[in-house]
Amino acid sequence: MSDDARGQHGDDGNARTDEAALSARLKRLSERLARDQAGRASDGAGEDRATTASGYARGFRLSSELVAGVLVGGGIGWLIDHWLGIAPWGLIVFLLLGFAAGVLNVMRSAGVVPGNSLDGGAAKDRNS
Amino acid sequence: MQINPIEQFEIHNLSPVLHVGGHEIAFTNSAAYMLTIVLVVSALFIGATARRAVIPGRLQSVAEMTYEFVANTLRSSAGNEGMKFFPFVFTLFMFVLFANLIGLIPYSFTVTSQLIITVALAFTVFFIVVGYGFWRHGFHFLNLFVPKGVPIYILPVIVAIEILSFLSRPISHSVRLFANMLAGHITLQVFAGFVIMLAGWGVIGWFGAALPLIMVVLLTALEVLVAVLQAYVFAILTCIYLNDAIHPGH
Repeated sequence: MSDDARGQHGDDGNARTDEAALSARLKRLSERLARDQAGRASDGAGEDRATTASGYARGFRLSSELVAGVLVGGGIGWLIDHWLGIAPWGLIVFLLLGFAAGVLNVMRSAGVVPGNSLDGGAAKDRNS
Repeated sequence: MQINPIEQFEIHNLSPVLHVGGHEIAFTNSAAYMLTIVLVVSALFIGATARRAVIPGRLQSVAEMTYEFVANTLRSSAGNEGMKFFPFVFTLFMFVLFANLIGLIPYSFTVTSQLIITVALAFTVFFIVVGYGFWRHGFHFLNLFVPKGVPIYILPVIVAIEILSFLSRPISHSVRLFANMLAGHITLQVFAGFVIMLAGWGVIGWFGAALPLIMVVLLTALEVLVAVLQAYVFAILTCIYLNDAIHPGH
């Protein structure tokens, strides 16, 4: 009798744990599906996929964006100084603007700003 | 084996130097590798598409997969209209990919580790974007620099920043590929140099040399990844920039 009861109880427990395990698995599956779908949606940006493929590439990409902005700003400032002869002012103004442009580049390629031009996501929205 | 890590990037003349209008023109090792790349890619695709079987063989599958890969990339970032640029993007992608991969073969020369090559490629993209943008949209192309919903009193600053950001694109576009290739090959060469130097020390050195040798093997695997990834990044950035030429206003 006592054995029987224990058996019953054990079965019950098993059933309950089975159900719990099943629901846990379902939950995990739906979470993973949601994550995958989110990933696929953002894949449209394309650039994202390229950059998340490796952290090294991503870091390199962001730093080169910033450096390129500063270099272009400084270069244009220097040229303006050279041509117009307004000694330091062109360099000062354009270096600052170039720095801002570099930060803008970085924010766009990191996806922080929903860029109006560099972001492929906008293109995808329009095309789909 | 050369120990100097920079020596691999030197350019040699393979032919007598011709003087044309004050410029020295010679057939260099860089030109020879570029010619090789073009021949290899052409041979691969002509060979792959010769049979045109309904059920593709191995080579034909390679050609079809690369086509679909580049076409999907271009479509997803520049739309169906971008497909008119497909030959250009595909050529760029295959050239950069094969330049990177051929450069990984020991004793070979890496064309994309020369800044002038990547700058030339990036500026080609840049001028095509600017030229096509103005040809297609006229002065509406300049809407690219005027974001919507910006108060009028800070608009001049924003436009200046946007223009600088646009001008900085070919630089980051070219420097990224160049620096990745340069850094990777120097690292490989330095570790390979360690192997040789340590092996010169006798028995103890042989054990010491095993460590950098393992590093070289691992780095080679990483470099293969970087080579493919950078070719892809170069192609996708081209697609994104072309997208601006096709749809400038937002």
